[in-house]
Amino acid sequence: MTDEPTRPDVANQGVSRRGALAGGLALGGLLAAGGFAGGRASAPDPGLATEQRTYPFAGTHQAGIVTPQQDRMYLAAFDLTTDDRAALVDLLRRWTTTAARLTQGLFATATGFASGPYDAPPEDTGEAADLPASGLTVTVGFGRSLFVGTDGRTDRFGLAGHLPDALAALPHFPGDQLDAAICDGDLLVQACADDPQVAVHAIHTLSRAAFGTARVRWTQLGFGRTSATSTAQSTPRNLFGFKDGTANVKAEEAAALEDHVWVQPSDAEAHAGDSAWMTGGTYFVGRRIRMLMETWDRTSLREQETTIGRSKREGAPLSGGTEHTAPDFAAAGGDGRPLIDATSHVHLAHPSANDGVRMLRRGYTFTDGNDAQGHLDAGLYFIAYVRDPRTGFVPVQQRLASADRLSEYLKHTGSALFAVPPGVARIGTDAALSGGEFLGSTLLG
Amino acid sequence: MPRARLLALAVPAAVLLSGCVANTPAGEGRALTVDSSASACELSATEAPSGTLTFSVTNTGDETTEFYLLADDALRIVAEVENIGPGLTRDLVAQVAPGEYFTACKPGMVGDGIQAAFTVTDSGEQVGPTGAVADQLATAEADYLAYVKDQVGSLLAGTQEFAAAYTAGDDDRARELYPTVRVHWERIEPVAESFGDLDPLLDAREADLAEGETWSGWHLIEKDLWQPAPEANGGEDYVALTDAERTAAADDLVAQTEELHARVTATDFTFEAFQISNGAKELLDEVATGKVTGEEEIWSHTDLWDLAANVDGAEVALGVLRPVAEQADPDLVAELDDRFAALDAVLAEHGSYQNGFSAYDELTTDEVQALAAAVDALAEPLSGLTAVVTGA
Repeated sequence: MTDEPTRPDVANQGVSRRGALAGGLALGGLLAAGGFAGGRASAPDPGLATEQRTYPFAGTHQAGIVTPQQDRMYLAAFDLTTDDRAALVDLLRRWTTTAARLTQGLFATATGFASGPYDAPPEDTGEAADLPASGLTVTVGFGRSLFVGTDGRTDRFGLAGHLPDALAALPHFPGDQLDAAICDGDLLVQACADDPQVAVHAIHTLSRAAFGTARVRWTQLGFGRTSATSTAQSTPRNLFGFKDGTANVKAEEAAALEDHVWVQPSDAEAHAGDSAWMTGGTYFVGRRIRMLMETWDRTSLREQETTIGRSKREGAPLSGGTEHTAPDFAAAGGDGRPLIDATSHVHLAHPSANDGVRMLRRGYTFTDGNDAQGHLDAGLYFIAYVRDPRTGFVPVQQRLASADRLSEYLKHTGSALFAVPPGVARIGTDAALSGGEFLGSTLLG
Repeated sequence: MPRARLLALAVPAAVLLSGCVANTPAGEGRALTVDSSASACELSATEAPSGTLTFSVTNTGDETTEFYLLADDALRIVAEVENIGPGLTRDLVAQVAPGEYFTACKPGMVGDGIQAAFTVTDSGEQVGPTGAVADQLATAEADYLAYVKDQVGSLLAGTQEFAAAYTAGDDDRARELYPTVRVHWERIEPVAESFGDLDPLLDAREADLAEGETWSGWHLIEKDLWQPAPEANGGEDYVALTDAERTAAADDLVAQTEELHARVTATDFTFEAFQISNGAKELLDEVATGKVTGEEEIWSHTDLWDLAANVDGAEVALGVLRPVAEQADPDLVAELDDRFAALDAVLAEHGSYQNGFSAYDELTTDEVQALAAAVDALAEPLSGLTAVVTGA
C-alpha cells in the first residue's frame, strides 16, 4: 500500500472529545491495518478500560458485526426523500467520514461542539463531549426498497439491476403481527457502544447530516446485549432469565464466518443480477420480538426449562454438562423421552435441525414503555448477520414460528432486512475519504 | 405564539467588516489562542497567514472582557467578540486579508484595551471582498423594514375588515377572511413576537394560557367561528360568545393590531441584519413545531395558510440578504434556493393563496411527512445563514 496514510497530526484533527491522551489512542484506530482483515474482532489493548476502547473504522468488512458485542445499541432506519442519485452518494460519503470520526472518539467535525462562529449553530451536537469513544461502531445497510421501491418496481436510483437475489423480501411467518411503520426502510444505521449516550449521539449526528436527503423511518434503542460474539465474552441473559445464543458464530471462528456470515465471490455468480458489490458484505436480519413476560413469569420452572431446552441456572443443555457443552438430542430420560424436548427452542434453532445453518446473532434487549393493558412492551430486538437470509434465516424462522414452544410467549412486531456492503479498506487522515472509497462505494462509486 | 423570542432586540450585532467566513477553519497557523487576563493580552502568535483565522479567547481575569482585531490605524474594528465572562472561552472566527493589524483585549470593557501589533502574511488564499458589505447590509435592513411595515399595514386593514364582519354576525365572511388576513401576521411573526407583550394578546392558543389567564386574540375568535363539538372541547359543550363578547373581542383585536402598527412604524424601529436571518430561522422553527403538526389552528385547520406565509417571510429574508450571502457563501445560497423551491413545490400540491389551501385534517400521514421532510431539509442549512451574514 503506497498511499497508506501516515499517523495524523492531532492538531489537525480537532480535539478529541477527551483531550490529547484519548485522542492519541483514538487516532491510531483510523489507520487501516491490513492485519485486521479477518481478525478485526481481536480485542484492543486489554489494558484499556472498556470505555476507552476504539475499533478500527476501515477494514475488509464493516465494523459492528464480529466486533465483540458492545452493551448498548441505537438502530435507525431511514427513507430517502430524494430521487437524486448524486444526493444519495453525497449522504453516504458524509456518513462515512462522520462515522469514522465518531468511532475514534472525535467530534463530528474538527470545529467541535463549542467552537466556531458564535452566530452559527455548533457543528457537533455535543452530548458526547467528555465521553470517550466507548467502543462505538457504526454499520450501514441498504434495504430492498432502495433498489426497487416499496412497490417492488420503482427504480429511483438506477440500482434495480444490482438487487441481490438474497435481498428477497422475507415471507410472512406464522404469528407475525408486524407494524409496517417499524419495518424495513431504504437505509439502516446500527450504532453500538458501551455507553448509550455515545450510541445516541452517533444516530443523532447522522440523522442531522441526512436532512434534505433522508429522514428517520424508525429507531430502536437496545439497552443490553443478548449475545456474545467473541469467546472472550460471557453469554448474557434475556428478559426470560435464560442464556440464549450460546451456539453463536464467534469472531474467532474464521472458517465459520466465511461459510455463514460473509458473502463470498462465488455468491455473485449464482445471482441473476449484479451483486458482486456485496462480496465481503453480509445481510442484516432484524426482528422486533416482544416477549410476553407476564405469562412467562407465571410458568413453572419445569415448563420454562422444557421450553428453552436449557437449565435456567447454568444455561447448560438439559442433556447435561455446562453452558458450552454440545446438546445431545438423542439423550433420553428414564421414561424414554428425550431430555431435550423436540419442540424446545434449543432443538429447533440448533444447526443440527437446520441443515447445519448457523448465524451470527447480535441482538439487544429493549423496553419501549407499556401497552394499554399495563404490560411492559419489552423484549428482544433480534439481529442476525447471515451470508444469505434465504438459507441462513428464513427456514430456521419458519420452523421456529410453526413449532417452537417458545412462540407462545413471543410476538414479532417489527421486521427488517438489509444488505450490508463490505467495509472501506482505507480511510485518510482526519477521516477524509481515501481512494474514492465510502460505505457503499462498491455499489454506487 | 412563540416559545422563544429570537429577535431579542437587546442582543448587540457584531460589527464585522472583514471578509466572509468559511464553515471549517483549517490550515497551519490559523488557529490562535488568546489569554485575556486582568493585565495582559497574550496571543499564541503575533503573525498568521491570511484566510479564515480562529482566535480562541479565554478570559483568565476576573472581569468581563472583549477581544478586538483592529485595522492598522488601531481604531477601525475588523472583528470582535464581546461579553466573555471570567473563566469562559469563546471563538472569534473571521476571514482576514494580508496586512498589519492590532489586537486588543479589553478587560472590564472600558478604555482602549491592551493593544499589540499583529501581522497577517499573504498566503495566496482568496479573501472575500470587504468594501461593499456595509452598504449591502444597510440596504438589506432598509428593505426588510419596508417589507415589515407593508405587511403590518395589510394586516391592520384586513383585521379591521375581519373584525367588522365578525361583529356584524357575518360568520361566513369572517371565516373566509380569517386565514387570508393571518397570512400578513405569519409572514412577519418573529417581529410581532419580539414585542413580548403584544404577541400573547394577539396570538395565544387556548393551550398556551396559564390557569386563570384571560384569553384574547385571533384564536379566541377562531374557536367561536369553528365551534367544537363537546368531544373536541374537553367533554364540555362549547358556549358561544354573546354579541357583547364578540364586539369586545373584535375591538381588542383591532386595538392590539393598531398598537403593533404604531410600533413598527415608529421612527426608531429598525432592524439589524442578524435579526433578519435569525427571524428566517425562527419562521422555520414555527413551521416545524406548530404548523406542520397542525397545532396552530386546531379549530379552523387553516395551518397550511400559516405555513405558506411563514415560508414566504423566510424567503423574503433570504432575498434581502442575498447580495451579502451570495458573496460570502454562494454554496449555501444555492442550497437554500433549492430547498425553498422543493418546499414550495410540496406546498403547491395542497393549494395556493389564490385558490385556498387544503385543511390540515384532510392531509394524509404521508403528505404530512413529506411536508415535514421538506421543512427539515430547509431549516438545517437556513440555521447557518446568520453566521454567514454576521461574518460577511
